[in-house]
Amino acid sequence: MRHLLNTLFVLTEDSYLTLEGENVVVLCESEVRARFPLHTLQAILYFGYKGASPALMGACASRGVTLSFLTSFGKFLAQACGKMQGNVLLRKQQYRLSDSEHDSCQIARHFIIGKVYNCRWILERATRDHAMRVDVARLKKNSLQMAEILSQLAPCSDLDTLRGLEGKAANFYFDVFDELILQNKEHFYFQNRSRRPPRDNVNALLSFAYTLLANDCAAALESVGLDSYVGFLHRDRPGRASLTLDLMEEFRGVYADRFVISLINNREILPKQFEQKENGAVWLNDEGRKAVLSAWQARKKATITHPFLNEKLPWGLVPYVQALLLSRYLRGDLDAYPPFFWK
Amino acid sequence: MGYSEDEFLLLSGLQHFAFCKRQWALIHIEQQWTENLHTVEGNFMHERAHDSSLTEFRDGILICRGIQVFSRELGITGACDVVEFHPSPDGVPIVGREGLWRPVPIEYKKGRPKEHDADALQLCAQAMCLEKMLVCTIPGGYLFYGETKRRQPVEFTPELRHTVTDMLNEMHMLYHRGYTPKVKPSKSCNACSLIETCLPKLCKNLSAVQYVNKHLKEEDL
Repeated sequence: MRHLLNTLFVLTEDSYLTLEGENVVVLCESEVRARFPLHTLQAILYFGYKGASPALMGACASRGVTLSFLTSFGKFLAQACGKMQGNVLLRKQQYRLSDSEHDSCQIARHFIIGKVYNCRWILERATRDHAMRVDVARLKKNSLQMAEILSQLAPCSDLDTLRGLEGKAANFYFDVFDELILQNKEHFYFQNRSRRPPRDNVNALLSFAYTLLANDCAAALESVGLDSYVGFLHRDRPGRASLTLDLMEEFRGVYADRFVISLINNREILPKQFEQKENGAVWLNDEGRKAVLSAWQARKKATITHPFLNEKLPWGLVPYVQALLLSRYLRGDLDAYPPFFWK
Repeated sequence: MGYSEDEFLLLSGLQHFAFCKRQWALIHIEQQWTENLHTVEGNFMHERAHDSSLTEFRDGILICRGIQVFSRELGITGACDVVEFHPSPDGVPIVGREGLWRPVPIEYKKGRPKEHDADALQLCAQAMCLEKMLVCTIPGGYLFYGETKRRQPVEFTPELRHTVTDMLNEMHMLYHRGYTPKVKPSKSCNACSLIETCLPKLCKNLSAVQYVNKHLKEEDL
Protein backbone atom coordinates (compact mmCIF):
# COMPACT_ATOMS: atom_id res chain seq x y z
CA MET A 1 0.00 0.00 0.00
CA ARG A 2 0.96 3.60 -0.54
CA HIS A 3 3.38 4.89 2.07
CA LEU A 4 1.78 6.92 4.83
CA LEU A 5 3.74 10.13 5.05
CA ASN A 6 3.66 12.75 7.74
CA THR A 7 1.48 15.76 8.11
CA LEU A 8 3.23 18.88 9.34
CA PHE A 9 1.05 20.96 11.63
CA VAL A 10 2.19 24.54 12.10
CA LEU A 11 0.50 25.98 15.15
CA THR A 12 2.66 29.00 15.95
CA GLU A 13 0.39 31.79 14.79
CA ASP A 14 3.03 34.30 13.68
CA SER A 15 5.24 31.82 11.86
CA TYR A 16 5.95 32.08 8.15
CA LEU A 17 6.73 29.15 5.84
CA THR A 18 9.35 29.31 3.11
CA LEU A 19 11.14 26.99 0.73
CA GLU A 20 14.86 26.34 0.95
CA GLY A 21 16.11 23.80 -1.57
CA GLU A 22 13.99 20.73 -0.95
CA ASN A 23 13.02 21.77 2.57
CA VAL A 24 10.15 23.63 4.09
CA VAL A 25 11.42 26.12 6.66
CA VAL A 26 9.38 27.55 9.53
CA LEU A 27 10.41 31.12 10.31
CA CYS A 28 9.53 33.09 13.43
CA GLU A 29 10.67 36.71 13.44
CA SER A 30 13.08 35.78 10.61
CA GLU A 31 14.60 33.15 12.84
CA VAL A 32 14.59 29.53 11.61
CA ARG A 33 12.51 27.47 14.00
CA ALA A 34 12.32 24.19 12.11
CA ARG A 35 13.18 22.59 8.79
CA PHE A 36 11.64 19.50 7.16
CA PRO A 37 12.42 17.74 3.85
CA LEU A 38 9.36 18.05 1.59
CA HIS A 39 9.56 14.46 0.34
CA THR A 40 8.71 13.13 3.80
CA LEU A 41 5.49 15.12 3.94
CA GLN A 42 2.04 14.36 2.64
CA ALA A 43 0.36 17.51 3.88
CA ILE A 44 1.05 20.75 5.67
CA LEU A 45 -1.69 22.24 7.82
CA TYR A 46 -0.93 25.81 8.68
CA PHE A 47 -2.92 27.41 11.51
CA GLY A 48 -2.02 31.08 11.54
CA TYR A 49 -2.17 34.32 9.62
CA LYS A 50 1.24 35.14 8.09
CA GLY A 51 1.15 32.42 5.45
CA ALA A 52 3.71 30.90 3.13
CA SER A 53 5.92 31.95 0.24
CA PRO A 54 4.68 31.43 -3.32
CA ALA A 55 7.78 29.33 -4.00
CA LEU A 56 6.75 26.91 -1.26
CA MET A 57 3.18 26.80 -2.56
CA GLY A 58 4.49 25.90 -6.02
CA ALA A 59 6.83 23.24 -4.68
CA CYS A 60 4.04 21.69 -2.62
CA ALA A 61 1.66 21.68 -5.56
CA SER A 62 4.14 20.04 -7.91
CA ARG A 63 5.14 17.37 -5.40
CA GLY A 64 1.59 16.53 -4.38
CA VAL A 65 1.92 17.89 -0.83
CA THR A 66 -1.38 19.45 0.21
CA LEU A 67 -0.73 22.82 1.79
CA SER A 68 -3.80 24.05 3.65
CA PHE A 69 -4.31 27.34 5.43
CA LEU A 70 -6.62 27.48 8.42
CA THR A 71 -7.43 30.12 11.00
CA SER A 72 -5.89 29.49 14.40
CA PHE A 73 -9.27 28.04 15.44
CA GLY A 74 -9.07 25.44 12.69
CA LYS A 75 -11.51 26.99 10.23
CA PHE A 76 -10.46 26.12 6.71
CA LEU A 77 -9.39 29.11 4.57
CA ALA A 78 -7.59 27.96 1.45
CA GLN A 79 -5.39 25.36 -0.13
CA ALA A 80 -2.51 25.62 -2.58
CA CYS A 81 -3.51 23.58 -5.62
CA GLY A 82 -1.34 22.73 -8.56
CA LYS A 83 -2.19 21.19 -11.87
CA MET A 84 -5.28 19.07 -11.63
CA GLN A 85 -4.46 15.43 -11.08
CA GLY A 86 -5.84 12.53 -13.02
CA ASN A 87 -7.94 12.34 -16.05
CA VAL A 88 -10.75 14.42 -17.45
CA LEU A 89 -12.70 11.32 -18.54
CA LEU A 90 -13.04 10.21 -14.93
CA ARG A 91 -14.24 13.62 -13.81
CA LYS A 92 -16.76 13.81 -16.65
CA GLN A 93 -18.13 10.45 -15.62
CA GLN A 94 -18.37 11.78 -12.06
CA TYR A 95 -20.33 14.81 -13.33
CA ARG A 96 -22.62 12.66 -15.48
CA LEU A 97 -23.55 10.39 -12.58
CA SER A 98 -23.91 13.38 -10.30
CA ASP A 99 -26.40 14.93 -12.73
CA SER A 100 -28.65 11.90 -12.46
CA GLU A 101 -30.65 11.57 -9.24
CA HIS A 102 -30.99 7.85 -9.83
CA ASP A 103 -27.28 7.17 -10.34
CA SER A 104 -26.35 9.50 -7.48
CA CYS A 105 -28.62 7.59 -5.16
CA GLN A 106 -26.87 4.29 -5.98
CA ILE A 107 -23.63 5.72 -4.63
CA ALA A 108 -25.10 7.93 -1.88
CA ARG A 109 -26.99 4.95 -0.47
CA HIS A 110 -23.73 3.12 0.11
CA PHE A 111 -22.14 6.10 1.87
CA ILE A 112 -25.10 6.15 4.24
CA ILE A 113 -25.27 2.37 4.68
CA GLY A 114 -21.61 2.54 5.71
CA LYS A 115 -22.30 5.40 8.08
CA VAL A 116 -25.28 3.82 9.85
CA TYR A 117 -23.62 0.40 10.01
CA ASN A 118 -20.46 1.85 11.58
CA CYS A 119 -22.32 4.08 14.04
CA ARG A 120 -24.49 1.17 15.10
CA TRP A 121 -21.39 -0.88 15.87
CA ILE A 122 -19.94 1.96 17.94
CA LEU A 123 -22.98 1.56 20.20
CA GLU A 124 -22.73 -2.25 20.15
CA ARG A 125 -19.04 -2.11 21.03
CA ALA A 126 -19.78 0.10 24.02
CA THR A 127 -22.32 -2.39 25.37
CA ARG A 128 -19.72 -5.13 25.05
CA ASP A 129 -16.65 -3.28 26.34
CA HIS A 130 -18.27 -1.26 29.12
CA ALA A 131 -21.32 -3.27 30.13
CA MET A 132 -20.78 -2.21 33.77
CA ARG A 133 -20.66 1.51 32.99
CA VAL A 134 -23.23 2.14 30.27
CA ASP A 135 -26.99 1.79 30.04
CA VAL A 136 -26.90 -1.36 27.96
CA ALA A 137 -30.66 -1.57 27.49
CA ARG A 138 -30.84 1.94 26.10
CA LEU A 139 -27.90 1.47 23.73
CA LYS A 140 -29.25 -1.86 22.53
CA LYS A 141 -32.65 -0.34 21.88
CA ASN A 142 -31.22 2.45 19.73
CA SER A 143 -28.83 0.10 17.97
CA LEU A 144 -31.80 -2.09 17.05
CA GLN A 145 -33.62 0.92 15.63
CA MET A 146 -30.56 1.66 13.51
CA ALA A 147 -30.51 -1.95 12.26
CA GLU A 148 -34.13 -1.45 11.24
CA ILE A 149 -33.14 1.70 9.30
CA LEU A 150 -30.34 -0.24 7.59
CA SER A 151 -32.84 -2.70 6.18
CA GLN A 152 -34.88 0.22 4.82
CA LEU A 153 -31.77 1.81 3.30
CA ALA A 154 -30.94 -1.21 1.16
CA PRO A 155 -33.84 -0.81 -1.31
CA CYS A 156 -33.96 3.00 -1.07
CA SER A 157 -33.79 4.62 -4.50
CA ASP A 158 -34.46 8.30 -4.02
CA LEU A 159 -32.28 10.86 -2.34
CA ASP A 160 -34.95 12.52 -0.21
CA THR A 161 -35.99 9.24 1.43
CA LEU A 162 -32.30 8.49 1.91
CA ARG A 163 -31.74 11.80 3.70
CA GLY A 164 -34.79 11.18 5.86
CA LEU A 165 -33.53 7.76 6.94
CA GLU A 166 -30.05 9.14 7.56
CA GLY A 167 -31.51 11.85 9.78
CA LYS A 168 -33.50 9.30 11.78
CA ALA A 169 -30.44 7.10 12.28
CA ALA A 170 -28.37 10.13 13.37
CA ASN A 171 -31.02 10.98 15.98
CA PHE A 172 -30.89 7.47 17.45
CA TYR A 173 -27.10 7.64 17.51
CA PHE A 174 -26.66 11.09 19.04
CA ASP A 175 -29.51 10.36 21.46
CA VAL A 176 -27.18 7.97 23.33
CA PHE A 177 -23.84 9.52 22.40
CA ASP A 178 -23.42 10.91 25.93
CA GLU A 179 -23.42 7.32 27.24
CA LEU A 180 -20.08 6.75 25.54
CA ILE A 181 -18.33 9.42 27.60
CA LEU A 182 -16.94 7.74 30.71
CA GLN A 183 -14.51 10.23 32.23
CA ASN A 184 -14.62 13.81 33.49
CA LYS A 185 -18.38 13.81 33.04
CA GLU A 186 -18.84 17.23 34.66
CA HIS A 187 -16.77 18.82 31.87
CA PHE A 188 -17.48 16.48 29.00
CA TYR A 189 -21.11 15.83 28.26
CA PHE A 190 -23.18 15.74 25.10
CA GLN A 191 -26.70 17.09 24.78
CA ASN A 192 -26.95 17.82 21.10
CA ARG A 193 -24.77 18.83 18.23
CA SER A 194 -23.92 22.55 18.04
CA ARG A 195 -21.70 23.66 15.21
CA ARG A 196 -21.93 27.39 14.57
CA PRO A 197 -20.34 27.86 17.00
CA PRO A 198 -19.70 24.77 19.13
CA ARG A 199 -21.08 25.56 22.57
CA ASP A 200 -19.48 22.92 24.78
CA ASN A 201 -16.22 21.00 25.06
CA VAL A 202 -17.42 17.88 23.26
CA ASN A 203 -18.84 19.85 20.33
CA ALA A 204 -15.60 21.84 20.09
CA LEU A 205 -13.68 18.56 19.85
CA LEU A 206 -16.10 17.07 17.32
CA SER A 207 -15.91 20.14 15.10
CA PHE A 208 -12.14 20.13 15.18
CA ALA A 209 -11.95 16.39 14.41
CA TYR A 210 -14.38 16.81 11.48
CA THR A 211 -12.18 19.59 10.08
CA LEU A 212 -9.15 17.31 10.19
CA LEU A 213 -11.11 14.46 8.63
CA ALA A 214 -12.45 16.74 5.88
CA ASN A 215 -8.91 17.74 5.03
CA ASP A 216 -7.78 14.12 4.77
CA CYS A 217 -10.82 13.16 2.66
CA ALA A 218 -10.45 16.09 0.28
CA ALA A 219 -6.77 15.31 -0.25
CA ALA A 220 -7.60 11.64 -0.88
CA LEU A 221 -10.26 12.49 -3.49
CA GLU A 222 -8.11 15.01 -5.32
CA SER A 223 -5.15 12.65 -5.40
CA VAL A 224 -7.12 9.98 -7.28
CA GLY A 225 -8.33 12.61 -9.75
CA LEU A 226 -11.87 13.21 -8.49
CA ASP A 227 -13.46 16.63 -8.06
CA SER A 228 -14.09 17.05 -4.34
CA TYR A 229 -16.77 19.68 -5.04
CA VAL A 230 -19.11 17.48 -7.07
CA GLY A 231 -21.05 15.15 -4.81
CA PHE A 232 -23.80 12.55 -5.00
CA LEU A 233 -25.58 12.77 -1.65
CA HIS A 234 -24.67 16.39 -1.09
CA ARG A 235 -25.86 18.34 -4.10
CA ASP A 236 -24.03 21.21 -5.76
CA ARG A 237 -23.75 24.38 -3.79
CA PRO A 238 -21.10 26.99 -4.64
CA GLY A 239 -18.13 26.71 -2.32
CA ARG A 240 -19.21 23.43 -0.77
CA ALA A 241 -16.92 20.43 -1.11
CA SER A 242 -19.87 18.08 -1.59
CA LEU A 243 -17.95 14.92 -2.47
CA THR A 244 -15.69 15.45 0.55
CA LEU A 245 -18.80 15.59 2.72
CA ASP A 246 -20.14 12.46 1.00
CA LEU A 247 -16.97 10.49 1.62
CA MET A 248 -16.83 11.71 5.22
CA GLU A 249 -20.19 10.16 6.06
CA GLU A 250 -18.92 6.64 6.60
CA PHE A 251 -15.96 7.95 8.64
CA ARG A 252 -17.59 10.50 10.91
CA GLY A 253 -18.53 7.98 13.57
CA VAL A 254 -15.84 5.41 13.23
CA TYR A 255 -12.94 7.76 12.62
CA ALA A 256 -13.74 11.15 14.17
CA ASP A 257 -16.30 10.42 16.93
CA ARG A 258 -14.43 7.42 18.27
CA PHE A 259 -11.26 9.47 18.23
CA VAL A 260 -12.91 12.21 20.29
CA ILE A 261 -14.39 9.71 22.74
CA SER A 262 -11.07 8.00 23.32
CA LEU A 263 -9.31 11.36 23.83
CA ILE A 264 -11.75 12.09 26.63
CA ASN A 265 -11.91 8.60 28.11
CA ASN A 266 -8.13 8.22 28.11
CA ARG A 267 -7.77 11.70 29.62
CA GLU A 268 -5.62 12.81 26.71
CA ILE A 269 -7.61 16.03 26.62
CA LEU A 270 -8.42 18.04 29.74
CA PRO A 271 -10.95 20.74 30.64
CA LYS A 272 -8.20 23.37 30.96
CA GLN A 273 -7.38 22.91 27.27
CA PHE A 274 -10.57 24.74 26.23
CA GLU A 275 -11.59 28.34 26.38
CA GLN A 276 -15.00 29.94 26.30
CA LYS A 277 -15.70 33.13 24.37
CA GLU A 278 -18.15 35.90 25.26
CA ASN A 279 -20.69 34.60 22.74
CA GLY A 280 -20.78 31.19 24.39
CA ALA A 281 -18.56 29.58 21.77
CA VAL A 282 -16.09 27.00 23.05
CA TRP A 283 -12.75 26.44 21.36
CA LEU A 284 -9.64 24.42 22.00
CA ASN A 285 -6.72 26.55 23.15
CA ASP A 286 -3.16 26.16 21.80
CA GLU A 287 -2.29 23.41 24.21
CA GLY A 288 -5.53 21.58 23.44
CA ARG A 289 -5.02 21.75 19.68
CA LYS A 290 -1.50 20.39 20.07
CA ALA A 291 -2.77 17.48 22.13
CA VAL A 292 -5.49 16.68 19.59
CA LEU A 293 -3.19 16.91 16.59
CA SER A 294 -0.50 14.66 17.98
CA ALA A 295 -3.15 12.09 18.93
CA TRP A 296 -4.63 12.38 15.43
CA GLN A 297 -1.24 11.63 13.89
CA ALA A 298 -0.79 8.64 16.18
CA ARG A 299 -4.25 7.32 15.34
CA LYS A 300 -3.50 7.50 11.62
CA LYS A 301 -0.57 5.13 12.10
CA ALA A 302 -2.59 2.42 13.83
CA THR A 303 -3.20 -0.60 11.61
CA ILE A 304 -6.51 -2.14 10.57
CA THR A 305 -7.57 -4.72 8.01
CA HIS A 306 -9.56 -3.30 5.14
CA PRO A 307 -12.82 -5.25 5.04
CA PHE A 308 -13.23 -5.24 1.26
CA LEU A 309 -9.64 -5.65 0.09
CA ASN A 310 -8.64 -7.83 3.04
CA GLU A 311 -5.36 -6.00 3.31
CA LYS A 312 -3.67 -4.56 6.35
CA LEU A 313 -3.11 -0.83 6.19
CA PRO A 314 -2.78 2.17 8.49
CA TRP A 315 -5.98 4.02 9.39
CA GLY A 316 -4.59 7.13 7.76
CA LEU A 317 -4.78 5.49 4.33
CA VAL A 318 -8.39 4.36 4.62
CA PRO A 319 -9.86 7.59 3.15
CA TYR A 320 -7.39 7.28 0.26
CA VAL A 321 -8.36 3.66 -0.41
CA GLN A 322 -12.07 4.55 -0.30
CA ALA A 323 -11.49 7.41 -2.75
CA LEU A 324 -9.64 4.98 -5.01
CA LEU A 325 -12.47 2.43 -4.78
CA LEU A 326 -14.96 5.17 -5.65
CA SER A 327 -12.96 6.12 -8.72
CA ARG A 328 -12.75 2.44 -9.67
CA TYR A 329 -16.53 2.18 -9.46
CA LEU A 330 -16.94 5.28 -11.62
CA ARG A 331 -14.56 3.73 -14.15
CA GLY A 332 -16.48 0.47 -14.27
CA ASP A 333 -13.97 -1.77 -12.45
CA LEU A 334 -16.52 -2.48 -9.73
CA ASP A 335 -20.25 -3.22 -9.72
CA ALA A 336 -20.90 -0.79 -6.83
CA TYR A 337 -19.12 1.47 -4.39
CA PRO A 338 -17.99 -0.68 -1.44
CA PRO A 339 -18.27 1.37 1.76
CA PHE A 340 -15.85 0.90 4.63
CA PHE A 341 -17.51 -1.35 7.21
CA TRP A 342 -16.18 -1.32 10.75
CA LYS A 343 -17.07 -3.57 13.62
CA MET B 1 -3.59 8.67 -44.25
CA GLY B 2 -2.79 7.56 -40.74
CA TYR B 3 -3.34 9.31 -37.45
CA SER B 4 -3.44 13.03 -36.78
CA GLU B 5 -0.88 14.49 -34.37
CA ASP B 6 -3.67 14.88 -31.84
CA GLU B 7 -4.10 11.14 -31.70
CA PHE B 8 -0.40 10.29 -31.30
CA LEU B 9 0.43 8.02 -28.39
CA LEU B 10 3.72 7.97 -26.55
CA LEU B 11 6.13 5.44 -27.98
CA SER B 12 7.46 4.65 -24.52
CA GLY B 13 3.99 3.33 -23.71
CA LEU B 14 4.72 0.21 -25.79
CA GLN B 15 6.93 -1.26 -23.12
CA HIS B 16 4.34 -0.46 -20.44
CA PHE B 17 1.72 -2.12 -22.62
CA ALA B 18 3.88 -5.18 -23.23
CA PHE B 19 4.53 -5.46 -19.47
CA CYS B 20 0.87 -4.97 -18.52
CA LYS B 21 -2.04 -3.49 -20.48
CA ARG B 22 -3.56 -2.17 -17.29
CA GLN B 23 -0.35 -0.43 -16.25
CA TRP B 24 -0.23 1.30 -19.62
CA ALA B 25 -3.85 2.43 -19.29
CA LEU B 26 -3.32 3.72 -15.75
CA ILE B 27 -0.37 5.83 -16.89
CA HIS B 28 -1.51 6.98 -20.30
CA ILE B 29 -5.30 7.10 -19.98
CA GLU B 30 -5.84 7.72 -16.28
CA GLN B 31 -2.69 9.84 -15.94
CA GLN B 32 -1.63 8.20 -12.73
CA TRP B 33 2.05 7.88 -12.10
CA THR B 34 3.92 6.83 -9.02
CA GLU B 35 7.67 6.70 -8.80
CA ASN B 36 9.47 3.85 -7.12
CA LEU B 37 13.14 2.97 -6.85
CA HIS B 38 13.19 1.35 -10.30
CA THR B 39 11.63 4.31 -12.06
CA VAL B 40 13.86 6.89 -10.35
CA GLU B 41 17.00 4.93 -11.24
CA GLY B 42 15.72 4.65 -14.79
CA ASN B 43 15.26 8.41 -14.96
CA PHE B 44 18.85 9.08 -13.86
CA MET B 45 20.18 6.80 -16.54
CA HIS B 46 18.04 8.35 -19.25
CA GLU B 47 18.94 11.90 -18.32
CA ARG B 48 22.40 11.19 -19.67
CA ALA B 49 21.33 9.14 -22.65
CA HIS B 50 18.80 11.81 -23.67
CA ASP B 51 20.97 14.90 -23.55
CA SER B 52 20.35 16.08 -27.10
CA SER B 53 23.22 18.60 -26.99
CA LEU B 54 25.63 15.68 -26.99
CA THR B 55 26.04 15.00 -30.70
CA GLU B 56 29.49 13.67 -31.33
CA PHE B 57 31.73 11.97 -33.85
CA ARG B 58 33.58 8.91 -32.69
CA ASP B 59 35.60 6.65 -35.01
CA GLY B 60 33.81 8.13 -38.02
CA ILE B 61 30.42 7.32 -36.52
CA LEU B 62 27.96 10.15 -35.89
CA ILE B 63 26.26 9.69 -32.50
CA CYS B 64 22.98 11.56 -31.87
CA ARG B 65 21.11 11.55 -28.57
CA GLY B 66 17.49 12.21 -27.76
CA ILE B 67 16.28 12.39 -31.38
CA GLN B 68 12.53 13.04 -31.55
CA VAL B 69 10.77 10.53 -33.78
CA PHE B 70 7.20 9.98 -34.93
CA SER B 71 5.12 7.99 -37.36
CA ARG B 72 1.75 9.04 -38.78
CA GLU B 73 0.99 5.49 -39.86
CA LEU B 74 1.55 4.06 -36.38
CA GLY B 75 0.25 7.14 -34.59
CA ILE B 76 3.14 7.43 -32.15
CA THR B 77 5.77 9.91 -31.09
CA GLY B 78 8.77 9.61 -28.82
CA ALA B 79 12.52 9.88 -28.61
CA CYS B 80 15.41 7.56 -29.28
CA ASP B 81 18.08 7.39 -26.59
CA VAL B 82 20.89 7.11 -29.13
CA VAL B 83 20.99 6.78 -32.89
CA GLU B 84 24.33 6.01 -34.48
CA PHE B 85 24.82 6.94 -38.10
CA HIS B 86 27.41 4.72 -39.76
CA PRO B 87 28.97 5.85 -43.06
CA SER B 88 27.88 3.31 -45.62
CA PRO B 89 27.37 3.15 -49.39
CA ASP B 90 23.88 1.64 -48.89
CA GLY B 91 22.89 4.42 -46.46
CA VAL B 92 20.81 7.58 -46.94
CA PRO B 93 21.81 11.24 -47.07
CA ILE B 94 21.10 13.35 -43.98
CA VAL B 95 20.67 17.10 -43.70
CA GLY B 96 23.90 19.05 -43.12
CA ARG B 97 26.22 16.05 -43.55
CA GLU B 98 28.04 14.82 -46.59
CA GLY B 99 27.92 11.23 -47.68
CA LEU B 100 25.54 8.38 -47.04
CA TRP B 101 24.65 7.13 -43.56
CA ARG B 102 23.05 4.02 -42.14
CA PRO B 103 21.00 4.65 -38.95
CA VAL B 104 21.33 2.21 -36.01
CA PRO B 105 19.04 2.89 -33.03
CA ILE B 106 20.22 2.01 -29.52
CA GLU B 107 18.03 1.99 -26.45
CA TYR B 108 19.51 2.19 -22.94
CA LYS B 109 17.94 0.10 -20.21
CA LYS B 110 18.70 -0.11 -16.56
CA GLY B 111 19.03 -3.66 -15.30
CA ARG B 112 19.57 -6.74 -17.43
CA PRO B 113 18.09 -8.45 -20.49
CA LYS B 114 14.57 -9.66 -19.70
CA GLU B 115 12.56 -12.66 -20.74
CA HIS B 116 9.73 -10.67 -22.24
CA ASP B 117 10.38 -8.69 -25.42
CA ALA B 118 9.08 -5.30 -24.25
CA ASP B 119 12.46 -3.63 -24.76
CA ALA B 120 12.86 -5.07 -28.27
CA LEU B 121 9.35 -3.91 -29.19
CA GLN B 122 10.09 -0.38 -28.13
CA LEU B 123 13.34 -0.33 -30.07
CA CYS B 124 11.63 -1.77 -33.13
CA ALA B 125 8.92 0.91 -32.99
CA GLN B 126 11.64 3.57 -32.85
CA ALA B 127 13.25 2.03 -35.91
CA MET B 128 9.90 1.94 -37.74
CA CYS B 129 9.52 5.68 -37.05
CA LEU B 130 13.07 6.38 -38.25
CA GLU B 131 12.41 4.38 -41.42
CA LYS B 132 9.41 6.59 -42.25
CA MET B 133 11.25 9.81 -41.40
CA LEU B 134 14.44 8.98 -43.30
CA VAL B 135 12.82 6.84 -46.02
CA CYS B 136 15.06 3.85 -45.58
CA THR B 137 15.11 0.34 -44.18
CA ILE B 138 16.65 -0.43 -40.80
CA PRO B 139 17.38 -4.12 -40.32
CA GLY B 140 18.47 -4.00 -36.68
CA GLY B 141 19.61 -2.07 -33.60
CA TYR B 142 20.94 -2.64 -30.08
CA LEU B 143 19.71 -2.74 -26.52
CA PHE B 144 22.29 -1.59 -23.97
CA TYR B 145 21.82 -2.91 -20.43
CA GLY B 146 23.19 -0.94 -17.49
CA GLU B 147 23.81 -3.95 -15.32
CA THR B 148 25.70 -6.07 -17.83
CA LYS B 149 27.23 -3.06 -19.62
CA ARG B 150 26.76 -4.92 -22.89
CA ARG B 151 24.82 -4.16 -26.01
CA GLN B 152 22.65 -6.88 -27.38
CA PRO B 153 21.73 -6.93 -31.07
CA VAL B 154 18.05 -6.90 -32.03
CA GLU B 155 16.89 -7.90 -35.49
CA PHE B 156 13.72 -6.19 -36.67
CA THR B 157 12.02 -9.28 -38.07
CA PRO B 158 8.63 -9.19 -39.82
CA GLU B 159 7.16 -10.95 -36.73
CA LEU B 160 8.48 -8.26 -34.37
CA ARG B 161 7.13 -5.54 -36.65
CA HIS B 162 3.73 -7.24 -36.77
CA THR B 163 3.59 -7.40 -32.98
CA VAL B 164 4.38 -3.67 -32.80
CA THR B 165 1.61 -2.85 -35.26
CA ASP B 166 -0.95 -5.09 -33.56
CA MET B 167 -0.18 -3.71 -30.13
CA LEU B 168 -0.41 -0.13 -31.32
CA ASN B 169 -3.78 -0.85 -32.93
CA GLU B 170 -5.07 -2.22 -29.65
CA MET B 171 -3.63 0.74 -27.71
CA HIS B 172 -5.33 3.22 -30.02
CA MET B 173 -8.61 1.37 -29.62
CA LEU B 174 -8.43 1.39 -25.80
CA TYR B 175 -7.30 5.01 -25.73
CA HIS B 176 -10.19 6.00 -27.96
CA ARG B 177 -12.65 4.31 -25.59
CA GLY B 178 -10.84 5.69 -22.53
CA TYR B 179 -10.99 2.20 -21.13
CA THR B 180 -8.70 0.66 -18.49
CA PRO B 181 -8.68 -3.13 -19.03
CA LYS B 182 -8.64 -5.64 -16.21
CA VAL B 183 -5.62 -7.91 -16.19
CA LYS B 184 -4.86 -11.14 -14.40
CA PRO B 185 -2.70 -10.28 -11.38
CA SER B 186 0.73 -11.93 -11.43
CA LYS B 187 4.08 -11.98 -9.69
CA SER B 188 5.21 -8.99 -11.69
CA CYS B 189 2.59 -6.87 -9.88
CA ASN B 190 5.01 -6.69 -6.96
CA ALA B 191 7.61 -4.89 -9.05
CA CYS B 192 5.08 -2.42 -10.45
CA SER B 193 5.24 1.12 -9.12
CA LEU B 194 1.50 1.49 -9.69
CA ILE B 195 0.44 -1.42 -7.51
CA GLU B 196 -1.38 0.78 -5.02
CA THR B 197 -3.17 2.75 -7.69
CA CYS B 198 -4.09 -0.36 -9.63
CA LEU B 199 -5.42 -2.46 -6.74
CA PRO B 200 -4.79 -5.72 -8.66
CA LYS B 201 -7.27 -7.47 -6.38
CA LEU B 202 -10.06 -5.63 -8.16
CA CYS B 203 -9.22 -7.58 -11.31
CA LYS B 204 -10.40 -10.74 -9.59
CA ASN B 205 -14.04 -9.77 -10.04
CA LEU B 206 -14.74 -8.84 -6.46
CA SER B 207 -18.37 -7.91 -6.20
CA ALA B 208 -19.10 -4.85 -4.11
CA VAL B 209 -22.82 -5.61 -4.27
CA GLN B 210 -22.25 -9.00 -2.65
CA TYR B 211 -19.95 -7.43 -0.08
CA VAL B 212 -22.57 -4.87 0.93
CA ASN B 213 -25.34 -7.47 1.00
CA LYS B 214 -23.24 -9.75 3.17
CA HIS B 215 -22.80 -7.00 5.74
CA LEU B 216 -26.46 -6.05 5.64
CA LYS B 217 -27.44 -9.66 6.14
CA GLU B 218 -25.55 -9.85 9.42
CA GLU B 219 -27.91 -7.14 10.52
CA ASP B 220 -30.98 -9.35 10.18
CA LEU B 221 -31.39 -10.13 13.81
